[in-house]
Amino acid sequence: MKYAYYPGCSLRGTGRAYEESLLAAFRLLDVEVEEIDDWNCCGATTYMSVDELTSYALASRNLALAERDHSEIIAPCAACYLVLNKTQHYIRDYPDIKLVVNRALDTIGLKYRDKVKVRHPLDVLLNDVGPEAIAAKVKVPLNGLKIAPYYGCQIVRPYSTFDDQGDPTSMERLLEACGAKTVRYPLKTTCCGGSQKGTLPEVGLDLIHYLLSEAQKNGAEVITTVCPLCQFNLESFQKEAGERHRQTAVPVLYFSQLLALALGAPADTIGLQRGFVPIRPVFAKKEIAYA
Amino acid sequence: MPEISQLSGPEAVRVGFYVCHCGTNIAGTVDVKALAGYAASLPRVAVSREYKYMCSDPGQALIEQDIADHKLNRVVVASCSPLLHEATFRRALGRAGLNPFLLQMVNIREHVSWVHLDKKAATEKAQDLVRAAVQRVALHKPLQKRRVDINPSVLVVGGGIAGIHAALTLAEAGKQVYLVEREPTIGGHMAMFDKTFPTLDCAACILTPKMTAVGSHPNIKLWTYSEVVKVDGYVGNYKAQVKHKPRYVIDDLCIGCQECIAACVYKEGKTPDEFNLGLSMRKPIYLPFPQAVPQKVVIDRDTCIEFKSGKCKKTCVEACGDRLAIDFKQKETFDEIEIGAIILATGFKTFAPERNPYCGYGRYPNVYTSLEVERLINASGPTAGEVILRDGKKPASVGIIHCIGSRDANTNRWCSKVCCMYSLKLAHLIKEHTGAEVFNFYIDMRTPGKGYEEFYDRLLDEGVHFVRGRVAEVSDWAVHPSEEGKLVIRAEDTLAGFVRRIPVDMVVLSVGLEPQSDAQDVRRLFNISCASEGWFLERHPKLAPVSTFTEGVYIAGACQGPKDIPDSVAQAGAAAAEALALIDAKSVELEPYTASILEEECSGCKSCISLCPYQAIAFIEEKKKAYINEVLCKGCGTCVAGCPSGSIKQNFFEDEEIFEEIEGVLAYA
Repeated sequence: MKYAYYPGCSLRGTGRAYEESLLAAFRLLDVEVEEIDDWNCCGATTYMSVDELTSYALASRNLALAERDHSEIIAPCAACYLVLNKTQHYIRDYPDIKLVVNRALDTIGLKYRDKVKVRHPLDVLLNDVGPEAIAAKVKVPLNGLKIAPYYGCQIVRPYSTFDDQGDPTSMERLLEACGAKTVRYPLKTTCCGGSQKGTLPEVGLDLIHYLLSEAQKNGAEVITTVCPLCQFNLESFQKEAGERHRQTAVPVLYFSQLLALALGAPADTIGLQRGFVPIRPVFAKKEIAYA
Repeated sequence: MPEISQLSGPEAVRVGFYVCHCGTNIAGTVDVKALAGYAASLPRVAVSREYKYMCSDPGQALIEQDIADHKLNRVVVASCSPLLHEATFRRALGRAGLNPFLLQMVNIREHVSWVHLDKKAATEKAQDLVRAAVQRVALHKPLQKRRVDINPSVLVVGGGIAGIHAALTLAEAGKQVYLVEREPTIGGHMAMFDKTFPTLDCAACILTPKMTAVGSHPNIKLWTYSEVVKVDGYVGNYKAQVKHKPRYVIDDLCIGCQECIAACVYKEGKTPDEFNLGLSMRKPIYLPFPQAVPQKVVIDRDTCIEFKSGKCKKTCVEACGDRLAIDFKQKETFDEIEIGAIILATGFKTFAPERNPYCGYGRYPNVYTSLEVERLINASGPTAGEVILRDGKKPASVGIIHCIGSRDANTNRWCSKVCCMYSLKLAHLIKEHTGAEVFNFYIDMRTPGKGYEEFYDRLLDEGVHFVRGRVAEVSDWAVHPSEEGKLVIRAEDTLAGFVRRIPVDMVVLSVGLEPQSDAQDVRRLFNISCASEGWFLERHPKLAPVSTFTEGVYIAGACQGPKDIPDSVAQAGAAAAEALALIDAKSVELEPYTASILEEECSGCKSCISLCPYQAIAFIEEKKKAYINEVLCKGCGTCVAGCPSGSIKQNFFEDEEIFEEIEGVLAYA
């Protein structure tokens, strides 16, 4: 089966390493994806808080485009994943929203039929491909690299579609299949600060610091995320948060970067050369023989 | 179509119509004057009236007077549900010399006024329903109720405090009682508690005398480790089949010396002890707790070596010696009993806190449920009454989190009613046992009850801390050095207006009460209903709180909804009194809604025989016709609907009556 693929804006901007590595991993695992033609904003960011209806209309256009040729759509960005899910729920629960959204879609010759299932890459990798199949294709074992799996809020709340809401374990199962070790991380679904860094910097920076220092305290050599905003906050403001508290140096990667690396993708093709906190010394220490 | 003409002449049908205002319950939404005027215009209606409260004595007197004055021979009352007042109005007809079954009620309260807002449309709907009733009632026939004798024995299901109290009350009144409990001992949840609120009297001290009384009462047949598996019959004449699970210990021979337990080849227990909620281990042969009734040991075949390999040295048998009480070959046995009434007191289960992902249960060893802490505090519990953590240390600070699995849209919406009070009790006992700082995190303190609010006041004086706010998370990540190595409770303090982080050594989750997981199976077995949450449904929430919609089956205690001990005991007493009232009437009237076979039309296909849930239909070979036993027929109507040749009719629900009603409701003006 070929999945529809919806990158969203982040994966073409700050989160390009996510797309590079995820698509590489999909290729190496023979997961076929096809990018939706002429996709638009998912409706997250300010839309959802300023004008929900516009947000639903934007999201449903992407869904309507996807369901023309596909029964499942992969949305890697946590915000896209949440908004697409939320839109489906609201259209199902509120007939008036459905009516307005379809009226809007009708003006461009589209109709939303609720025929497409929104999937997260973690869900696809674990439940469609499976950890055993992944383990069998590992070329570069991660040699017990200690990982703090960080999920953030959006893929588990409020719709926990494939994992536990309070204690998700998908990333653990996936990365352990690649030879990594995961550390206990009680903050795995706690807030990264979202856009607070822009509006109330001290609130955002405190949250960022707690996440980083707790990971370090529990022995993590790297934090993995599923969300471009989490990755951005934790990595880009690590130094600034450290100035408020005490300095940390934890590389923050997308889970897909480690997966693709383990499957044999060259490090320079999956964004590992661009991190603010360099990862290569960690790989060297763990004697991970990456390509 | 029945011939209406036969209804005129000297035997003419004369209907009296009465619409009730029910205060403003009905009159607020239905134009009762217009409705009475409309009814007066219908054929065969001789008199039509509206009145403020038809169910009142003057209301009933009005009907009786009209029957005499206007020679009425049919009555239609448009008011509330027949469940509430059909019997009232039937009695009124009876007093005026009319057969009570010549009445028809129209439910214009639950079916009209309470569910509609538009007065005009509601009135029109009421008119349709009234027209249907007036047309139907013309065809009603006089029916006679049947009387059957009542068996004076009672079955009580569930041996918690409610079942115990009900059984003792009935036994003291001289009735034969069968008390069936599925666990090896009676006592239920109350036996697990240390103290009881608000008086702090010891649970065992007040419970065990009652348990012993049950065990030794000549009028009580106590069956533990047993379950009711089948129930037949009807009010006054139920039959039940009780399954006795094998204890592998012969009841009559075991004297409860427990030498076998000491002698078991297991030197230490290896199986989590159910009674201590897994906080201690037991052996395969065990007594649930020291005051268990009956004092008979039980062998758990899943962990006993003899059952696993057949090669055990059987030191238990040696220890038992010539008492010969141990029998590895015991099989399950069954008893059939006949009873007149049944009391269900099957209790509750506590909420499984794993379902709330934020409270840390199962992830952090020092997060306990309230019931586990009851066992820790209890002198006969796993730590002999010491409140200590799993590593043996005494907690210096304890957080009690209320409403776990209660008042929560994600799990259970209801208030479990007992948790605020037992949390206060636990706070007091923990402080008393350990001197720890105790924090209660609550949404609202709910302490209505005699002496309850005073107990809350006392706790405030004792220096227990109260934080009003729902807990967001229990975790072990530290922001401040003082939090290192502790469990941190994060909660919004809604009175102070900020988020608190309170580090503690021990977290107690005040878990809510839930229906038993097999409540649906039990309700089907006894043919009663459950409310949507799964609690057993009472006949009326205020006026018949221990009765069910099945005559002769009563409910008591927390199987009906969350309840504390005083309420459970009060309900058990009420259920016992209701059962006594039924039994002491010696006989009971049965509704005459039975079905009968129209012999000339019956083809003898026998399809009705297997449909009947009450085995009331037999086949008469000589005639090749089916025959319905009136005493056994409960009037469910299944055979009537199932008969392929339409040759079964049911009193009060004859085809003509139903068709006339349908035509009435469909005949738009």
